[in-house]
Amino acid sequence: MDADLTEEAERFGDVSKILMRTGPLANEKNFGTLFSPAVSFEPMPEVLQFIRTMARVLVVGAGGLGCELLKDLALSGFGNIDVIDMDTIDISNLNRQFLFRKVDVGRPKATVAAEFVMRRINGITVTPHYCPIQNKDAAWYKQFQIIVLGLDSIEARRWLNAMVCSLVEYETSETGERKPDLSSVIPMVDGGTEGFAGHVRVIYPGISGCFECTLDLFPPQQTVPLCTIAETPRNAAHCILYAHLIEFPREFPDGKADKDDPEYQQWVFQRAAARAQQFSISGVTLMHTQGVIKNIIPAIASTNAIVAAACANEALKIVCNCAPYLDNNLMYMGAQGLYAPTFKYERNPQCLVCGQGVVLETSRTTTLTLLMELMAEDQRLRLKSPSIRVEGGKQGDTIYMRGILEDEYRQRLDMPLHTLFDSGTELIVTDPGVPTPLKVIVTFADIME
Amino acid sequence: MYSLGGMIKLFSLKQEKAAEDQASASTPSTKKVAPGLIRMQKDMSELKLEKGMKIEFPNGKDDLMNFKVTVMPDEGIYRSGKFTFDFKVPASYPHDAPKVICETTVFHPNIDMDGHVCLNILREDWKPVLTIQSIIMGLQFLMLEPNADDPLNKEAARMMEDNRSKFTQLVRDTFKGRQMQVGAKRYDFPRFE
Ligand SMILES: [Zn+2]
Repeated sequence: MDADLTEEAERFGDVSKILMRTGPLANEKNFGTLFSPAVSFEPMPEVLQFIRTMARVLVVGAGGLGCELLKDLALSGFGNIDVIDMDTIDISNLNRQFLFRKVDVGRPKATVAAEFVMRRINGITVTPHYCPIQNKDAAWYKQFQIIVLGLDSIEARRWLNAMVCSLVEYETSETGERKPDLSSVIPMVDGGTEGFAGHVRVIYPGISGCFECTLDLFPPQQTVPLCTIAETPRNAAHCILYAHLIEFPREFPDGKADKDDPEYQQWVFQRAAARAQQFSISGVTLMHTQGVIKNIIPAIASTNAIVAAACANEALKIVCNCAPYLDNNLMYMGAQGLYAPTFKYERNPQCLVCGQGVVLETSRTTTLTLLMELMAEDQRLRLKSPSIRVEGGKQGDTIYMRGILEDEYRQRLDMPLHTLFDSGTELIVTDPGVPTPLKVIVTFADIME
Repeated sequence: MYSLGGMIKLFSLKQEKAAEDQASASTPSTKKVAPGLIRMQKDMSELKLEKGMKIEFPNGKDDLMNFKVTVMPDEGIYRSGKFTFDFKVPASYPHDAPKVICETTVFHPNIDMDGHVCLNILREDWKPVLTIQSIIMGLQFLMLEPNADDPLNKEAARMMEDNRSKFTQLVRDTFKGRQMQVGAKRYDFPRFE
């Protein structure tokens, strides 16, 4: 071992014990890894060196979970961490988002978190990205060995899941089976907390159940009937929602409600307080107002700490292959004592986001009518009246629509496919006979250079 | 020599691949259709409009997430009126319900003077299995059978309950394009031939 590495091994003594020694739980037998034939774990100093210098981790979100994640990952030895978050620091974050101080209020979370961790831990690079996750493209996400999610929105999770699943490339084995090319699979560790409850989930895009496969398990947000809000408010939240949903659009028909704007929050609070008085309802406070309009569920610091620690643990196991990783979900229920069952989310074979789709090969001069005939004959599809859409089509995104819009698209039927989209394009196909949309990839056998 | 662990092996594979990608520069940019839009494609292609209904796409037919549906009841208190509902479908559809606003000024117990619509499946009873078709059917029903139990326009609801024929007459009067005082404000009502 060279001198630098010895020093690093000492500095990260606890992690080194896992990465440089064998033990009853070490992954020498290759429990639950992706590789076939199995690649077993060999304890050695180079594994530590790998996470110190080469492996790149992306942390998505620098809020309650994100702060914990950055600290945990950095102290686990990861030397190159990127963090992306579009928010700025609010004074109400300071009780649990411990990388931020009062002077940081108003500054980007990602930037301040990165500065703090780099100041505190020598020899680590944390690169902040103060922007929405949607601003980054596939090439950017491809740089990372692993992505750890500390998000609070289903929408952001869905977007990121779809992005990372789209990076998976497939190869055809000798037996003709299409399999994900493992070097294109970026594992995701998704952490989430809500009050005393939390989860940790490991997603191998294209291999294990993705977020979209199991979206049905997340219930839509609870909403209060509009007539209750308008006519029979019973609690403080109803009064706040009245000001937010009914009074504001009425008084400012062209105004946009900015839920994060303190002035707007104050406006809603005052209106809600007046309404509460009218109905003899108590409990309208500015804090409650913020909670209701921003749909905030009380965040509990210890839940974040527990969930983030479990996420960092999974990240280390996955990147180093040093121990079997979680397969594939852990629930933490802090309100019911120390209870944290694990179970496996199954894949939905028809999932549009992580499924491989059906590949159809044809000629570039095939007409749309003919393509639909192919879709009807193909045993995997058997579609009788498909509607087709692509992202970035040459004549617009909709290729063909049935139903009320069909007349607008009929003239497309005789057009050759190459005038509508490129070879290898992923078509999204829906059909009344099939409950879920399907992914069809059309390649042109006579592709022209 | 060491034979390195799995992830490290993968790492070098990835680096090779990235180099290849850059060299060939031919990897097609795979753009993703937003999940909400995919579901809208299905909803739209399977939508059936009854006689007297109309759908318009103000941003063009490619933008399925924003559209207006016009309902023309052929019976009931609101017969021969034309009521346009503006639909804004969120990217998170069908996890979240579309936002629907009635753009036509109407005196109706379940629609307020700002166009908010009180339809249970748009809020508390929304489920991802419901479709645009279900919402349109709900709106159609609302125009046929106004319901005074869950009022959004209290004045309309009270009048409908107290004196249905007077309420009907008043609604029919608004159809002549009159002005009417509702609450603290006067409103111009559209004229229906
Ligand atoms: Zn999936």
